[in-house]
Amino acid sequence: MTIVGLTGDEAIAHAVKQSKVDIVAAYPITPQTIIVERFSKYVADGEVNTAYVCVESEHSAISASIGASLTGARVFTASASQGLALMHEMLYIASGLRCPIVMGVANRALSAPINIHGDHSDMMGSRDSGWVQIYAENAQEAYDWTIMAFKIAEDKEVQLPVSVNLDGFVISHCMEGVDLLEDGTVEKFLQTRKPLFTVDPEKPITIGALCFTDYYFEFKRQQVEAMCSVPAVLGKICKDYKGVSSRNYSCLEAFGMEDAQAAIICLGSTAGTAREVARKLRAQGKKVGVVKLWLYRPFPMEEVSAALKNVKSVAVLDRAISFGAPFGALCSDVVSALHTVKESPKIFNVIYGLGGRDIQPSDIELVFNEALETAKTGVVKEKTMFLGVRE
Amino acid sequence: MTSSTEAKPGWKSLPMGAVVIEPGSSVKYKTGDWRAFKPVVDKAKCVNCLLCWIYCPDSAIIRREKWVEVNYEHCKGCGICAHECPTKAIEMVEEQK
Repeated sequence: MTIVGLTGDEAIAHAVKQSKVDIVAAYPITPQTIIVERFSKYVADGEVNTAYVCVESEHSAISASIGASLTGARVFTASASQGLALMHEMLYIASGLRCPIVMGVANRALSAPINIHGDHSDMMGSRDSGWVQIYAENAQEAYDWTIMAFKIAEDKEVQLPVSVNLDGFVISHCMEGVDLLEDGTVEKFLQTRKPLFTVDPEKPITIGALCFTDYYFEFKRQQVEAMCSVPAVLGKICKDYKGVSSRNYSCLEAFGMEDAQAAIICLGSTAGTAREVARKLRAQGKKVGVVKLWLYRPFPMEEVSAALKNVKSVAVLDRAISFGAPFGALCSDVVSALHTVKESPKIFNVIYGLGGRDIQPSDIELVFNEALETAKTGVVKEKTMFLGVRE
Repeated sequence: MTSSTEAKPGWKSLPMGAVVIEPGSSVKYKTGDWRAFKPVVDKAKCVNCLLCWIYCPDSAIIRREKWVEVNYEHCKGCGICAHECPTKAIEMVEEQK
């Protein structure tokens, strides 16, 4: 066991180094830059046997990653915000061509107005692109999930790209103690990628051929099946990872849910704040709990439903707006997960932290109190609450 | 599933990611029915210079000893052959259906 002080970005760079990646193609963008900056240092210092492709844009970064992945290489890239938005059309090509690329996304707000700070608008805008989405709470989780992400992506049932999301600045730039695995442990855990198809002149194949009304639908159906396979594959990989790291991961993590009457469900770093506040409130005898989703796409319907079905009220925290939608993206999914539950809990949406607006323990306490009130009265006062915005 | 797709393989048996694993299989994809105008070669005017054969993007010009013919199973009717022909031996004729 080696505990090292690392930022979330540095922790991911270290995980990528240990994952023996063949190709990295990336373009710098705050707050992701340090991931690839640190990795390019490994390349320059000869610490890794990786080809680093300097490209002129994020569109090119993901395009080069797709090309490299199709040859059978293990590929990593990273992005955020406008960069991820520029990749948008290629995200669908990466998943459609079944490229098990891993991308670190240091979540950041989208323009306009321009802002460099953390919220989930970037990846939420790509939630239908066929990428597996994992959200980390801290640098340790960003490190662990990056290693596991390669194994999930490259699983023969899955063969899909995976994004490991970390909150911009709050995780990407804050230094924490990270427990690193030995190089040999990671190498043994991951092994080399075993591609289903490779580019081989002896066995020529065609990739990216035109596919019209008579076949397109079938390939989309295959992608659905691949997505469906993720929770089971992830569960097995998390179990194996626990064997080498002693750290416990799965689709989600529940805190205080055994007897909670009111719960918060959220993604990323906010879960840590929520847990801390829940701990304090529970000491005062208030029955509150927290569900942190690690896996957001595919949405673990059954696990979420099982975790939340016994509470009386749920506050769903969304760090992004889905303009014109009934709720934020996470809340819409939670409502869907619970709609078949008898006596479903009362659900309300909390939009928070946009453009990196800080979320304080007092904000979370306010949400818990609102949820407890809703649990008591059975009435949702406000369907969508905008936490911390000035009127 | 509709009756028109019944003869084709389903998602469970198709290769992942729409990869075509058989090389040279595009010849099986008959694109002739895309055509609105068909190139008709006047053998008397054809000097067998093969410019059409070079320019055809679908390799749909068939070389004969003294003139060229068109593979109508694959010709999409783009008209490049007619445009390039120095002796105006190829005429684009509207398809009658």
